[in-house]
Amino acid sequence: MMTSTTPVKAEARNLSFFYNGGNNAVKNVSMPLYENKITALIGPSGCGKSTFLRCFNRMHDLYPGNKYDGQIIMHPDNTNILEKNVDPIEVRMRISMVFQKPNPFPKSIYENVAYGLRVRGEKNRRVVDDKVEEALKGAALWNEVKDRLQDLAFNLSGGQQQRLCIARALATDPEIMLFDEPTSALDPIATANIEELMSELRNKLTILVVTHNMQQAARVSDYTAYMYLGELIEHGETDRIFTRPTRKETEDYITGKFG
Amino acid sequence: MNNQSPENLQEVRAMIQRHKLNDYIFSIIGLLCLMVGLITLLTLFIDLILQGYPKLLSLSFYTDFPSRRASSAGLLSALVGSSLVMLVTFLSAVPMGVMAAIYLEEYAPKNWFSDLIEINVSNLAAVPSIIYGLLALGLFVYILDLGQSIVTAGLTLGLLILPVVIVATRESIRSIPIAIREAAYAVGATKWQVVYDHVIKYSFGGILTGVIIGMARAIGETAPIITIGALTFIAFLPPSPVTTSAPFLNFEWLSSGFTVLPIQMFSWLSRPSEAFHVNAAAAGVIIILVTLIMNGFAIRMRYKMRKNIKW
Repeated sequence: MMTSTTPVKAEARNLSFFYNGGNNAVKNVSMPLYENKITALIGPSGCGKSTFLRCFNRMHDLYPGNKYDGQIIMHPDNTNILEKNVDPIEVRMRISMVFQKPNPFPKSIYENVAYGLRVRGEKNRRVVDDKVEEALKGAALWNEVKDRLQDLAFNLSGGQQQRLCIARALATDPEIMLFDEPTSALDPIATANIEELMSELRNKLTILVVTHNMQQAARVSDYTAYMYLGELIEHGETDRIFTRPTRKETEDYITGKFG
Repeated sequence: MNNQSPENLQEVRAMIQRHKLNDYIFSIIGLLCLMVGLITLLTLFIDLILQGYPKLLSLSFYTDFPSRRASSAGLLSALVGSSLVMLVTFLSAVPMGVMAAIYLEEYAPKNWFSDLIEINVSNLAAVPSIIYGLLALGLFVYILDLGQSIVTAGLTLGLLILPVVIVATRESIRSIPIAIREAAYAVGATKWQVVYDHVIKYSFGGILTGVIIGMARAIGETAPIITIGALTFIAFLPPSPVTTSAPFLNFEWLSSGFTVLPIQMFSWLSRPSEAFHVNAAAAGVIIILVTLIMNGFAIRMRYKMRKNIKW
């Protein structure tokens, strides 16, 4: 199989997650993220795919009482990013995230993209300028906004706002980028733009995307994982998952018999 | 039901008319209720203006000290006193209130203790102002020995509006969507970076509105100021806070005796002489105007601040 030769960027090992109050939303999931590949997480709503994704940047740490079990190992340094003595801020500096709804700050386009650099204490104007331009180009937004970088981000269209959020996540050169249903609030044309962008971004970094849209998973991803009720049912190359799933549950979901 | 007979249609129309009558009746009652409040206040205001206009129009009213003769009595010491007291109130209540609110919203662990504090803060806003006056008399005047001074009055009113500032700030902070905070945390911001770069900036309009409304309440407060012993007859001004020689700042004014607008008004009102009542009415108009201007400013600030923020 080809998978054995592709380098692994990160892997979940027996990962379980418990929300405050004990709800076990992710159950003993082990799964690799291959380097420079797009891995899609599919499954019916409430299956734990977003919860699983948000473990990768320790987003759950923001709310009290949440508990992780198991490991997420980052390669090549073999850091377990869930370990207590690993600062979640360090994790978020390596793994960035794009949210379901575009969530730009009520600031200028420029400041939105620059914020990640500001947080890192980057003061050099020229460096920030260059990084902002590079990120906006990387997010295929530069040509549309280069003449109005000081405009408010809210004046952009929904699709442009989402690409701005991608630029913001890109400006700090992350190793992995997480997408949590990034196109669910967008129209079909904006969705196509984002999908194309994700395919290009794959050359620079590793992508994990949660999607409720199976066609999207089939279109953009190299690997697909099907989750149900917090468990990982099946993981494999997208072509194989969609043509020859080994598990009956996966087949039922993909063919629309269930979900 | 596609073919309504003409009689049926008539009935339906009659029913709609009957139901619409309720709309009409309610709108009349609602308008009357609105008018009772508005007209009463407006009448009061116009009455004050009519009574006080000879004084309101004379410049000497604003530049003279109080006097035994109604004709030469002025508001100067009360205007200066109110301004300086408000300055102390602002400088004490705003930083304390805003920081307390940020701590409660962003940093404090959510447990029974923070719940208890939350309930207490809301209750403090409802405590009668004279109680604050008693507290201030005991704490500021006797224990801390600050005297019956501007700093005592300013701190007392600061304490009075502290809960208002805290509640307004917390509400303003809470209106910031979780998605915006998560966006900031997701690029690696620390708690303080999120607070400083986002929370304070986006809630600034709401904080300012709360502060100004609190101040507008404080400027009309009389009871706690009387309790701590404000004077009613002040024929001097406190030392100026700004001086011409280095270090250009002077803090002696803080311990100076003072009077404020509502107390000046009250003292004129309690005199038997009819002529002083004109002065009282004119002072009343000034207090209402100051309050209205502050509230108008608060509304304008809120509008301006929220223009660029859409949630």
